[in-house]
Amino acid sequence: MLSVKSLYKEYENQPLLEGVSFDIQKGETICLLGRSGSGKSTLLRIIAGIEAPESGDVYWNNQNLKDIPVHKRQFGFMFQDYALFPHKNVFENVAFGLKMQNLPFDLIEEKVNLVLDKVKMQKFRHRQVADLSGGEKQRVALARALAPEPRLLMLDEPLGALDRNLREQLMDELRLLLHESNIPAIYVTHDQEEAFTIGDRLVLLNEGRIIQNATPEDVYQNPKNAWVAKFIGLSNLLEGVIQSIQPLRVITKSGDFSIQTGLPKNVKLGDPVILLLRPDALTLNDEKMNQFQAHILDDVFLGNQWRVKLRMGDMEFSFLVDEPISIGSIIKISIDPKRINLLQAEK
Amino acid sequence: MKQALKYIRTIPAILLWSLPFAFMLIFYFQPLLANFRVAWQATTSEVLASIPYKVITQPLFFTIWQASLSTLLTIIVGISPAYLMAKYRFFGKSFIRLLTTIPFIMPTVVVAAGFNALLGPKGWFNLLLQTIFSLDNPPIQILNSLGAILFAHVFYNSTVFIRVVGGAWSQLDPKIGFAARTLGASPVRVWQKITFPLLKPALLSAILLIFLFNFTSFAVILLLGGPKFSTMEVEIYIQALHMLNLPVAGLLSGIQLLFTLVLTILYSRIIKTKSVALTPRDPEEVAKSITGWKQRSFLIGTMSYLVVLFAAPLFSLVLRSFLLTDTNRNVEGLAGNRFSLVYYQELFLNRRESLFYVPPIDAILNSLYFGLITVGIALFLGFLAASVISSRSSWGKLLDPILILPLGTSAVTLGLGFILVFNSPPLDVRSIPLLVPIAHSLVAMPFVVRILQPIIASIPRELKYSAMVLGASPWRTFWQVEFPILFRAIISAALFSFTISLGEFGATTFLARSEQPTIPIAIYRYLSQPGGLNYGQAMAMSTILMIICALSIFLIERLKLPNIKEF
Repeated sequence: MLSVKSLYKEYENQPLLEGVSFDIQKGETICLLGRSGSGKSTLLRIIAGIEAPESGDVYWNNQNLKDIPVHKRQFGFMFQDYALFPHKNVFENVAFGLKMQNLPFDLIEEKVNLVLDKVKMQKFRHRQVADLSGGEKQRVALARALAPEPRLLMLDEPLGALDRNLREQLMDELRLLLHESNIPAIYVTHDQEEAFTIGDRLVLLNEGRIIQNATPEDVYQNPKNAWVAKFIGLSNLLEGVIQSIQPLRVITKSGDFSIQTGLPKNVKLGDPVILLLRPDALTLNDEKMNQFQAHILDDVFLGNQWRVKLRMGDMEFSFLVDEPISIGSIIKISIDPKRINLLQAEK
Repeated sequence: MKQALKYIRTIPAILLWSLPFAFMLIFYFQPLLANFRVAWQATTSEVLASIPYKVITQPLFFTIWQASLSTLLTIIVGISPAYLMAKYRFFGKSFIRLLTTIPFIMPTVVVAAGFNALLGPKGWFNLLLQTIFSLDNPPIQILNSLGAILFAHVFYNSTVFIRVVGGAWSQLDPKIGFAARTLGASPVRVWQKITFPLLKPALLSAILLIFLFNFTSFAVILLLGGPKFSTMEVEIYIQALHMLNLPVAGLLSGIQLLFTLVLTILYSRIIKTKSVALTPRDPEEVAKSITGWKQRSFLIGTMSYLVVLFAAPLFSLVLRSFLLTDTNRNVEGLAGNRFSLVYYQELFLNRRESLFYVPPIDAILNSLYFGLITVGIALFLGFLAASVISSRSSWGKLLDPILILPLGTSAVTLGLGFILVFNSPPLDVRSIPLLVPIAHSLVAMPFVVRILQPIIASIPRELKYSAMVLGASPWRTFWQVEFPILFRAIISAALFSFTISLGEFGATTFLARSEQPTIPIAIYRYLSQPGGLNYGQAMAMSTILMIICALSIFLIERLKLPNIKEF
């Protein structure tokens, strides 16, 4: 449906997007994930037609949108601060897009009511938008974007302005609404939790380039590089060098590791790599492989597991374990060779 | 190629944006340059040798003298009300605030007529004194003296002082002063070290602005000063329109322009530095209530002279417009006079059937007509200019300081410049009917921009984008989103331009055709002719103008827009 092809964009003479390409399929929700300043909002604005790229094109069903002005693209856009029209009430805000299509009033009213029901804002229809709370504004903004039944919905950090509790609650509602509506959507966020909840697919953007474009499961199980791993909260990373391929062994400052997972492409003997010790890699049983001395620094009860922080060699790691460990003790641990990812070292 | 395409797309915007520039270029800079050119030619030709230096130096020195004196008096009159308005809560404060807005856009002719009605030979004071003491001649001869000029200038400008300085004062956090006191500073030291330095930018900008207004004051001097006093403005007017000596007029206006440009640039500089001030406080949070007899009598004293200063001239103007003095019976004083609507009825009649005298009511129609055109021009160009400035492009940075210039440029110099540019063959001022509203628009545009610009800048771009994404074309986006949000500001700007146009006197004296006078021109004509009927009609006409202006001030205040208090 939507296809973005090698977009370049500069901002104040600095490259912001450096050749970004991706596609969206019917009914799919993709999450554009990246730090602030990574160019993800700009990318959305280029797709919407609000900004023009230096080069590259946006296609909708193979039609180049270059000469289609914003108001003729039939895309929906939800801004971070909602951008509700302050001089119109809830109903008028939601009806705006339908009015622009010059629909008869009965039909507009019918459609507005339908979408207001969907976001549970029916009883607020005559309120002024200034009188709404943050969460209510968010619902109205979503309703406004959905009402004209756009071909594509774009959401720019739609939950960014809300507090944590409300965000978690609305996140689930939003996910259901997006899947129900079957409208393809691009959801921009810097929050990995949101991205995992909402997205059918994640597109990770860093310094103007797409680093990884995959399903949430895939990203989590096989992060492309250390940046992705760190960004999605996997922080047990350490540098090493391939010592042998069969069996796979890696030397690191914290000791030597045996690994029973795949080797990244184009990595040879003697190459530098990065090890990702997955959070569940720690076992306290006496295993033969990957045994280390660990100094327990901290142990936090999380509900059904404990998060243990420990030092191996001169590096700190944290793992999830099923039983408490006393803080300050020095114990023997082993790292499951099947729970280590080998990542390409950065240049 | 890509760059070229990008520029082609922005052509409509550039065309629109260049309109205010073009307008300023043709109708502001061109007349200005013409003034300078004539001034330059005058200095190099024999014309200068043939005229005594006094023609130049005398009005210049008098202008500086009266402007300084008026400014000083204004500060003295304005300082205690500014302090009271800033620091205290009291009964009638909002009434006083409303009162101080009145002279703000009250036309100079109305104020001059008001002072005439209060203190002039046919004014209330003299009528009363003549009645009480059975005098044949009016005892108070303040009219045509320096005193009258100073009085009117103080009336005019003390409100500027109260608003600018009082506004800044009310936003000073009193806690800063308390902190200084706890650190061992005496109240005097707090004033020296804290309050005064913080207030200094506001004080300076108020003083400069007031000096500038006094420096370029025209109608007040002409109508209240009489033939004895001639400021630069009046001298330019006399030389150009009465003596028909354009080189001298040009030379005078060149000097005048230099002074005003320097003052205006200084003023805009100070305004800029002022904006790095403190976090503003809610004035109501700072205000204390009045306690004790000392404070109470200070308040009552200050407020009563304010009420007398602001209300008395306008009040006596209205009353005088209904008082029919019967000069035929040769009775002096109030005896034999009665209240009537005769002066108003006379406005509809054409007494002298000559070419130059049209029924006075026509002047009102002319003024309304010019006013409406001015609103159109000033709003359209002002909106464009405000959008350019809000865009923060390099165009906007260029336009912002340019737009403030007409504020400080005297209307008389502008009028003269128009004559110099547009009255040379084949053009004739009379052949361009729009020149009067164009001149008015030049004066009004800075105000329009200053009202619209902050509101335009405050509209988040996302609102426009939202509308566009939802399918609104740029045209519909403007009418559906920007226009409704700007609506109150636009109304306020329209009222402002309308009142400015109605009251404009300086430029209009140069540009209005004699058979097409505006209200202020008609008032001036009446006042400069003898006879009770003329005087009464001047009063009636001034009252009408005053009521229209008061109504629009009232409406502007009701619209409650921020930032009108600053120019």
